This record gives sequence, C-alpha cells and structure tokens, in this order.
Amino acid sequence: MLLFAAGKVLQTLMVLLIVSAVSFTLLKLAPGDPIQIMLGTEYSPEAYTSLMKQLGLDRSMIEQYLRWLGSFVTGDWGVSYVSKAPIFQFAVVEALPVTLTLAASALALSVLIGVPLGVLAATRRGSIWDAATSVFTLTGTSFPSFYLGILLIWLFGVKFGLFPTMGFVAPWEDFWAGVSHLTLPAITLSIYFLAMIVRMTRANLIEVLEQPYIAAARARGEPNWRVVWVHGLRNILMPLVTILGLQLGALLQGAVLTETVFSLPGVGQMITNAVLNREYGIVQAGVMITACLFITTNLIVDLAYPYLDPRLRPR
Amino acid sequence: MVDIPADTGLAARRPSRLEGLRALARSNIYFAIASIVVALFILSATFAPLVSPHPPLDQDMAAFMSPPLTENHILGTDSFGRDLLARTIYGARYALAIGFGAVLIGALGGLIVGVAAGLSGGVTEWALMRFIDALLALPSLIMAIAFISILGQGVDKVILAVGVALIGPFSRTVRADVLQVKAQAFVEAAGLMGVKRLAIIWRHILPNVIFPLAVQATIRVSYAVLVSSGLSFLGIGVAPPTPDWGLMIAEGRSFVSFAPWIAGVPGTALAILLIALSIVGDGVREHFDPKLRKQG
Repeated sequence: MLLFAAGKVLQTLMVLLIVSAVSFTLLKLAPGDPIQIMLGTEYSPEAYTSLMKQLGLDRSMIEQYLRWLGSFVTGDWGVSYVSKAPIFQFAVVEALPVTLTLAASALALSVLIGVPLGVLAATRRGSIWDAATSVFTLTGTSFPSFYLGILLIWLFGVKFGLFPTMGFVAPWEDFWAGVSHLTLPAITLSIYFLAMIVRMTRANLIEVLEQPYIAAARARGEPNWRVVWVHGLRNILMPLVTILGLQLGALLQGAVLTETVFSLPGVGQMITNAVLNREYGIVQAGVMITACLFITTNLIVDLAYPYLDPRLRPR
Repeated sequence: MVDIPADTGLAARRPSRLEGLRALARSNIYFAIASIVVALFILSATFAPLVSPHPPLDQDMAAFMSPPLTENHILGTDSFGRDLLARTIYGARYALAIGFGAVLIGALGGLIVGVAAGLSGGVTEWALMRFIDALLALPSLIMAIAFISILGQGVDKVILAVGVALIGPFSRTVRADVLQVKAQAFVEAAGLMGVKRLAIIWRHILPNVIFPLAVQATIRVSYAVLVSSGLSFLGIGVAPPTPDWGLMIAEGRSFVSFAPWIAGVPGTALAILLIALSIVGDGVREHFDPKLRKQG
C-alpha cells in the first residue's frame, strides 16, 4: 500500500517537473527582451550587461532553469512589472482562494443536486423525469458557460435584481454577502458538472441495479430506499470519483471564463490580464498553479480508490 | 516507396459505414435534426455573402443598439450600429474554420506523437508518455492561453494554439489504438515475413488507427469551437472588429442591462451549434465505438 502510494507520488512529481520545464522553455520563447522591458527605452550598454548578470540571464539554459526551479519551489516567483507586487503574494495568497472558493462551491452544488437527479432518472426509467433529465444532460454538457453566465446576469441580476452580478466577497469575512456574490458564478460553473454527474449517476446506477447483489438485497426484504441509496450508490462511487478527477481540468478552465464574466479576481482573471499586459512571469505562475491543482487532485483520486473499493486494496 | 495494392476489403467496407450513419439518422431523430442544423451552419458560413443581409462591418448610423425586429435589422444591431444577423452569419465562418482547423492540427500532432509512443518502446516510449502526461496536466483552455501569450492574437494563431492544446488527448487515444493493433496476429505475421518496419506501419497500423482517430476528431470539433470562442471572449483570441461570436458575446456583456440581444444573438447561435455538434459527435461515437456505448 505504501509502495503503491510512493510510486504514485513519484510519478506525480515527475509530471510536474516536465510541466515546469515546458513552461520555462515557453517563457524563454516569448517575444520581447525582459531586460529591455525593465530598463525602459533609454539605457546604457553597461546597465544592460550588469542587469543581465544580476538576473543570471548570461548563464546556460539548464543553469537558468535550475535556478528558476529553486526559487519557484521556495515561493520566490519574481515581481510583477505592472503592479510591482511580488507575484507569489498576488497569485497564491490573493487570487487562488477566489478560484478555489468558486470551484468548490460549483462542485458541491453539482454533486448535491446531480446525484439525487441521476438516481431519480435511473429509478424511474422512461418517465417524464427521465426524459427531462436526458434533455438537460444533453444541453448542459455542451452549453457555453460564459454565455450561460450572461443569461443568468440578465435574468437574475437585471430583470429580478436578486443577486449581485460582479465582484467577490470572501464568505469567511461576510458570509451572506459572500454567498450572494457567489450564487450566480457557482451556478454558471456548475451546470456542466451537474449535467455530467446526472448522466454518470444514471448510467452507472442502471447497470449496478441489475447486479445479483441488488437482487439479493431485495430478496432479503430490504426497503427500496436502502437498496438504491446504500447498496446502489456505494457501488457507483468509483466511476463518479474517477470522472470528477478527470473533469477537474474542465472545472479549472470553466473557472477562468466564469471569473471573467462576473469580474472575480481569481487565477483566471490574473492569467488573462497577464496575457494582455505581456507579463509572462504571471502567465507561467498561473500555468504552474493550474497544473499543480490538476495533478494533485488526480493523485488524491488515485490514492482514494483502495478506500472506495475494497477489492482494489493490495493484499 | 512501398507498393500499395488495391485493398478490396477496405473499399467494400466504406459504403457500409455511410449506410450505417444513414440508418442512425433514421433511427435517432436527435441525430438527424442535429446533422441538419450543423449542415445549415456550414452552408450559411460558406455562402455568407449571399445569405447575409448586410456586410458584417457596415455601420448603420441611424440604428445603434436597435432591438430585434427593427426595420432592416431582423435581429437588431450592436453598439456600432452593425447588423447582428450579418455578423452572426459571418461569425459562423470563423467558428467553424477555427474549430475544424484546430482539430486537424490536434489530430495530426496526436497521430505523430501517439504512433511514435506506441511503437517506440523503451526509454523513448517512457519519455513520450511523460510528455503526453505533461500535456494532459493542463486544461486545453489554459494551455491555449499560454500559447496565445507567446504567439499573439489573430485567427491563425488561435487555430494553432487550440490545435496544439488538443494534441495531448488525441495522442493518448492514438497510442492506445496502436498498442491494440500492434498485438494483433497479422502485424506479428507481417513482421515474421520480413516486411519492412515502415511498410508495416504504413500498411497495417496506420489504416487501423486513422478511422478511430476520425471518430475522435468528430467528437472534439465542438470542444475546439468552445475553447476558441472562450479565448475570444476573454479578449485574447481573435482581434476586433472580426465578427467572432466570442468577441461579440464579450462586447454584449457590457450592455446586458439595456441591450441583452447584443450578446443574445451570437450566444444563442454558439449554443445551438455546440449542442448540435456534440449530438452529432456522440451519435458517430456511439455508432462506431462499441466500447463507449454503455457510458451513454
């Protein structure tokens, strides 16, 4: 068990290392000379070479990469040209909590609503409920989230005036203001997952309910709710967790678009603004944060399998 | 050069695939409707100058932000007085060209990386697999944003950025297919008969990998359209005044409180196209890939 976990962790670190090397190379390919950007239009050749030495840009690529990796791991991510603030502070302390809060609320919303809807559709196959959910899953998985966000703003923000349509208030500072600011963004981001979870729950539950152990449970006289919600759900956890891990990338990229629609100061908006301002260091920080989040979550999913399914526990 | 004999088996199978799709359209009403919708989008994009009521960049000084059903502008105008129907029809050109172009690049790149990873073995295979893992560690949109930050804005750059971002997923499926084909008896037999390695790849492996790849490509077109319009929506994809749907929706975002149709017209067009494309993709996949059928 420990060996299995250690192997997985090692593999994860390997992938992260490759991602960091690729993103470092990309940064180096970016047009524009960072020293020229820092010095402005007028500078002496001496100032140029001394700054180049100071930044270590006169060394070999491998040496530069190792130095960059070293400072990246220790949280020294450089300084933004535009705001003059340290990138680490800006990206991890300020932007990341916004994105994580948004992603977590969307995920919670889609699991809490999606699983019951999927169970309903699976246990009442062919009913009007089932037909309605199949239309919903079809549209929900392919509807462009940023357009959905604008529709929600128009309907609930402008027409009914129920929710604020812009900005972020941390729920841990002012709970109700935070929740009302998060409602529309979380719904926007969750629709894709909601549809995905309903679809997965329905398809897997239908299959599970045909298994012999379900017939056995019914034969023992267990009530229907227990058969479905205990024996049934327990056995669809695996595929559900797998799909959630794999779709986390979609959640992160959806968050980028959602943040722009609702002007939330998260990682997505940080990356977009950095592209517009040509701040490659911040783009790189955003890329690394996303990759770390995605890979770590998949590692957790991999490690969770033996707990979710006793058959997978190494003997 | 390898002499390729006329493969009668393949030639005989091909019409049956088309037949199969036709049968699918007959049995699945959603698939039939979605195919017609996609065909309509492709037709209006191709013949945009003939179908469109106005040129996409023409400004009507007398009609800024006119609501739909205004005289001369059935679907209204935007904040520059440009006809929304015209811009949406021309926008279909960009959406489809970018979507298909990006998928083509992604599929080609995925084919090369996937075949190389599937056939090489040893250290090369290990390195290629870790490279694919790294590509898959980033969501396509984030990767496309990173490429755009280096390439700059523009239609060709969006196609390239989204295409490269799709290489990861494509190469993974291609590699899985290659591994499956490689284990077949006919490949082993060809190797034992002394057929050259390149000839085996060309004659036995590629034909068996291309078809599943084409099915994958059909599924991913809607995703490519979504990612590229997302890039434009963020303001870092196609540059204005190009009538790109993502850009138009972003512009409409600012006017949503008093002129919701500016985002509504291109947004609805995008939503309809994406839903139709994904129904067509799902239908094609379910029809040709029995492994995936039960995921329904």
